[in-house]
Amino acid sequence: MKAAQTSRKTSSSGPDGRSRVLEIRDLKKQFGENKVLNGFNMDLFQGENLVVMGRSGSGKSVMIKCVVGLMQPDSGSIKILGKELTHLDRPELDTLRTEIGFLFQGSALYDSMTVRENLEFPLRRHADKVGNRDTESLIIEALESVKLAHTLDLMPAELSGGMQRRVALARALILKPKIILYDEPTSGLDPITAKEIIKLMQDIQDEYQTSSLIITHDVDCARVISNRMILLVDGVNYAEGTFAELSTSQDQKVRAFFK
Amino acid sequence: MVNLGDIRDRVFSFFEEVGALSRFTSRFFREAFRPPFEWAEFLNQCYYVGNRSLTLVGITGFIIGLVFTMQSRPTLLEFGAVSWMPSMVGLTIVREVGPVVTALICAGRIGSGIGAELGSMRVTEQIDAMEVSGTNPFKYLVVTRVLACIFMLPLLVLIGDALALYGSYLVEHVKGDVSFQLYFNQVFDALTFGDLLPSTIKSFFFGLAIGVVGCYKGYYCSHGTVGVGVAANTAVVVASLLLFILDFMAVVVTDIFYDL
Repeated sequence: MKAAQTSRKTSSSGPDGRSRVLEIRDLKKQFGENKVLNGFNMDLFQGENLVVMGRSGSGKSVMIKCVVGLMQPDSGSIKILGKELTHLDRPELDTLRTEIGFLFQGSALYDSMTVRENLEFPLRRHADKVGNRDTESLIIEALESVKLAHTLDLMPAELSGGMQRRVALARALILKPKIILYDEPTSGLDPITAKEIIKLMQDIQDEYQTSSLIITHDVDCARVISNRMILLVDGVNYAEGTFAELSTSQDQKVRAFFK
Repeated sequence: MVNLGDIRDRVFSFFEEVGALSRFTSRFFREAFRPPFEWAEFLNQCYYVGNRSLTLVGITGFIIGLVFTMQSRPTLLEFGAVSWMPSMVGLTIVREVGPVVTALICAGRIGSGIGAELGSMRVTEQIDAMEVSGTNPFKYLVVTRVLACIFMLPLLVLIGDALALYGSYLVEHVKGDVSFQLYFNQVFDALTFGDLLPSTIKSFFFGLAIGVVGCYKGYYCSHGTVGVGVAANTAVVVASLLLFILDFMAVVVTDIFYDL
């Protein structure tokens, strides 16, 4: 287990030669007097599943929103695929966002559109990335990867919570992103559906070779999916390591997560 | 006892809100003229805005025409001035009642609809999802809806006016045996370009006010489902208030031009 204070390498590749796809350095964000992120650091390597765990209100969602540019950090650096997020203008940011898939906590499907239109929406916006490929075949391929090809013409309201989460995952995958961000992927789901979603995340990882940043407080999800974990406490990365390392830690704050 | 601190806070918050609404409006104008343009969504919204209010505006306009004529007739008869009815109703409907009543109906119907729709999209993170997918949600959701309101409101006013005048004609026809041609000849004889132009321009501004307020309240909605209700409700209240202020300003400006 590494302590958060461990000095960080700034080279573009990780210890085993894998390239860094996401680098966060000294990220700070506060709302009024409330310091939510207080110098958070993180690296995500190519093909890795990194889980960030923290208590409610610990700043996990704020951090992930800063990563996709939905929130501006007060200070610090966020580098995605070698590009400094804070230096990008709007068109550059939109282009970079096509390399990032985001699964929202509540699925966030457009409820006035059918499943097909939900998946078509990012494709129509980024026709250049799709190239000559047929839109319909891309939609069906994405839906088949989440085993919901039969829902094509249904409205989101006609789907169960688990199905909505899977369609949202298909939408996040449709542009074949290099990085997928999961914000509480299993929250609000029953244990069986949660396991299905976790299995789906693993399958997608195998099929698309993406790097995944998973925000969760679901220990089962972290155990199954993580290659590495970071515990976020008081706005900083309090502890880092594999699930096995952290779950056997003697540190009281770390142990509290695994009780 | 009145707390001075509370009054000060309310005054500050009022001006903050006015400032935020002004910034939102200026952003609308900046984004509206900057490509890419969301034509398909704009046409979609034109259909929704027009279609959503057409029946209500039509029925209300027709009934206002009927009632207005029935109420005015006895007084005009008393003075032997009933022949002035078409021109009086025409001027009143076209210059004032038509635009204001139609705009108030649209503020209730369209403004609250936009506030609730964007509000629920905000609290369920659909707007964030749009942003993350590399789409400018302001352009896609706000600009298209406000433009649809701006372009559809004058059309709705026109339809409302026409049906109000038809309602008025029916009363005159039944009670005074006035023919369709005679009635409408008198209406159009009384109306000038100077009556139509200010009311049309005014309608564009009414559309802008309804669209901007509805979108602003929905786009910055917070506090979950309760916030969605508040957004829909305040969109109607603020837009209605703004309509009367704009109407007053339009009358003052028109008056200045008449005096010149």
